[in-house]
Amino acid sequence: MRVIAGLGVTLGDLALDVELDLDDTAVVALVGPNGAGKTTLVRAVAGLVPLERGRLTINETVVEDPAAGIRIPAEGRNLGVVFQEHRLFANLSALENVAFGLRATGTPKASARATAAEWLERMGLPDAVGLRPAQLSGGQAQRVALARALAVEPDVLLLDEPLAAVDAAARADLRHLLKAELRRYPGVRLVVTHDPVEAATLADQLVVLEDGRITQKGPLADVTARPRSPWVASMVGLNLLSGTAADGVITLDSGGVIATASHDRGPTFAAIRPNAVSLHRREPEGSPRNVWAGKAAELYFVGDRARVRVDGPIRLIAEVTPAAVAELQLADGGPVWASVKATDIDTYPI
Amino acid sequence: MLPLIGLLQRAPWSSLVRQLRADEAFTALRLSIVTSLGALGLSAVFGIPLAWMLARRRFPGRALVRAMVTLPMVLPPVVGGIALLYAFGRNGFAGRVLYDLTGWRLVFTTGGVILAETFVAMPFLIVTAEAAFRSMDRRTEEAAATLGASAAYRFRRVTLPAVAPALAAGAALTWARALGEFGATITFAGNLPGVTQTTPLLAYLDIESGHETTALALSLVLLMVSLLVLVGLRDRWLGSP
Repeated sequence: MRVIAGLGVTLGDLALDVELDLDDTAVVALVGPNGAGKTTLVRAVAGLVPLERGRLTINETVVEDPAAGIRIPAEGRNLGVVFQEHRLFANLSALENVAFGLRATGTPKASARATAAEWLERMGLPDAVGLRPAQLSGGQAQRVALARALAVEPDVLLLDEPLAAVDAAARADLRHLLKAELRRYPGVRLVVTHDPVEAATLADQLVVLEDGRITQKGPLADVTARPRSPWVASMVGLNLLSGTAADGVITLDSGGVIATASHDRGPTFAAIRPNAVSLHRREPEGSPRNVWAGKAAELYFVGDRARVRVDGPIRLIAEVTPAAVAELQLADGGPVWASVKATDIDTYPI
Repeated sequence: MLPLIGLLQRAPWSSLVRQLRADEAFTALRLSIVTSLGALGLSAVFGIPLAWMLARRRFPGRALVRAMVTLPMVLPPVVGGIALLYAFGRNGFAGRVLYDLTGWRLVFTTGGVILAETFVAMPFLIVTAEAAFRSMDRRTEEAAATLGASAAYRFRRVTLPAVAPALAAGAALTWARALGEFGATITFAGNLPGVTQTTPLLAYLDIESGHETTALALSLVLLMVSLLVLVGLRDRWLGSP
């Protein structure tokens, strides 16, 4: 199964313009900052927002092509959509909610209900059968919504921030369930999320959407190791610099130079892990060639490690131990020296 | 309050049932129920789709249609009756076409009563239904569409249940208004016992001709109905089931 999407939609300030090719071999996470157009992309594929330009093909059927006057409405696309808010039918029981799609497409009542009961069982909600949505917790409601989307055996499964509205206590369990169901489900799978942890646990592939455009896509490991935009870099917690490389030195776009171990030439990204940035009270002597005087501008903790933003000729995030924070008196925002070994800088062409 | 006290104080409590079972009164009551339910049915058949159109579809002249639809709410009923006379009367443009096509006449018939009551009462249903269609959470309709539900299926299983309480309230208002209709009915359909003489018309006739007890008994019935509708709606508006 395959979705080939060329989507052009203008909605208020947002101009969505993407080319996307999804098949059934991988779970794809669509990530990006708020307002990037992630939800609009999902709605466009689902047929809830009309395309202005482009063409959408699902399994070799042209589903929408405004230039050719083709538009198959949402109900004709055989999709499953899980929305951020569960959107269950308030007047129907959990069982009737899950059976809804089957009933709507002509499955007889008894068999639709039997299938729905199996799905609720599989979601760990055998006792919820007769309950109304208002009687379910947030996590339970979202499980019912997932069962409702999967019960129609759609070709394409779209999940729009499925965990965002669920409270933290229920989220881990639901994420686990979601991961298992996504692994099992045989169609095209696209999960929208703004949470890096969620993306990393649920997906094999990442598509990064920023300001209506795809800025990066590829296997999870590649995108997280080699970010191609400041947003991705901050999401995965890397320092990202860009400049022009020549003879083992990169002249940065923002001014300054860094020495690297690479001999590439031309426009280059340079990614530096925060724990590769060393901080010192005095100017360090010896091997590192990349040394800058700066000022500890911001301090925060990630787990049991401290991160310090050092403002200087080059702005970097350094990761140090809490002991080092005390020793270097970083909390006071004083002067500090930052150094990075050339071999710790990962370079890749723009 | 004072008129209500006056009505209750003079009500012929002891002979109430006898008064209402009297031939004339009973006929008028039965006619009122038939015509008001007919008007409610007609309002539902035409009013609910129209309300849906007004709430959900953009079309040229929508503002004008909405204004025309609500006009009967503020129009003096007698004016409505006269307007109906010129449209559906024997020499009215629509009345003549209808007669030529089907042989039906509406003036001075029970059908005419239903038409007059519908004219006056239908706006109450349209206004309530339109507000409900407009304000309901449409996100579940989208969810239903992604599940493969056709537009008709969505309307029946998602939209209607969501607006059902509002439709019920609108229907109650509409029915009560139709039941009490006087001005348009007497102007357009006349006052023929058994055919067009509804309860309010008979009550008026009785009080004019000195049959005070019958008039009071009929008024009491209409008052009770109004109160029941009001109490029913009040419960709904206060959110109790």
